[in-house]
Amino acid sequence: MSDPMRIRATEKDGIVDVKILMKHDMETGLRKDASGQAIPAWFITHLYVKAQNKEVFRAHFGSAVSKDPFLNFKYRGAKGDQLMVHWTDTKGDERADEALVV
Amino acid sequence: MNQQRRMLLQHGSLFSLMASAGLISLCQAQEWNQAAFSGKNVADVLRTFNTSLPENSEAIHFNAPDIAENGAVVPVGISTTLKAEQIAILVEKNPNTLAAHFFLPEDTESFVVTRIKMAETSNVYAFVKTSGKWLMAQKEIKVTLGGCGG
Repeated sequence: MSDPMRIRATEKDGIVDVKILMKHDMETGLRKDASGQAIPAWFITHLYVKAQNKEVFRAHFGSAVSKDPFLNFKYRGAKGDQLMVHWTDTKGDERADEALVV
Repeated sequence: MNQQRRMLLQHGSLFSLMASAGLISLCQAQEWNQAAFSGKNVADVLRTFNTSLPENSEAIHFNAPDIAENGAVVPVGISTTLKAEQIAILVEKNPNTLAAHFFLPEDTESFVVTRIKMAETSNVYAFVKTSGKWLMAQKEIKVTLGGCGG
């Protein structure tokens, strides 16, 4: 299992600002290692975010999203909302983390 | 004809079986668009989106640097006064043009910020789908140090 995401969600005037930092190498498949061998592609493809069990955001990534992907989005919500962020990568690895809106 | 229908039914039931068995998550069930993400140029991606080149829109605010010192981490932000249903980021000169594709439900603001990799100086497009129609904003971002390859 990969490292946990960092999730920060703050509410102001009925709008929740969500910032997510994932830990992932996001290998494009185009890089070569020291011996000249191509490093295989390995990157996050799917991500979704649920607030109070309802989907509020969905992303599909290509290999051009930076290493340790960062996302910032906003939805209409409230303090105390339970957030769940889930990603899946090209190897089928996945990770889910939770956070509370403050 | 009948044979095709049977094949379709078999595939369909296999897919739902895999989903229920947890072999593929619900997340994957909403398909990652392989054709769109392997597109080598803007035209390839447009074809998978079923659209011609969208019109430029003043209502789309595309926030990105003029010059990116490090192509591996280029911050891009897109926001619009329109209700965005989808937002896509395309980098014209990257090996694969489509960088990211976002889906925004009803209660989500028309706003997203992320960081992308750029191989070289390129036009970057922010596509926004609103009321079923794509619109766009574009910007050239100069890259001093590429973000792909060795």
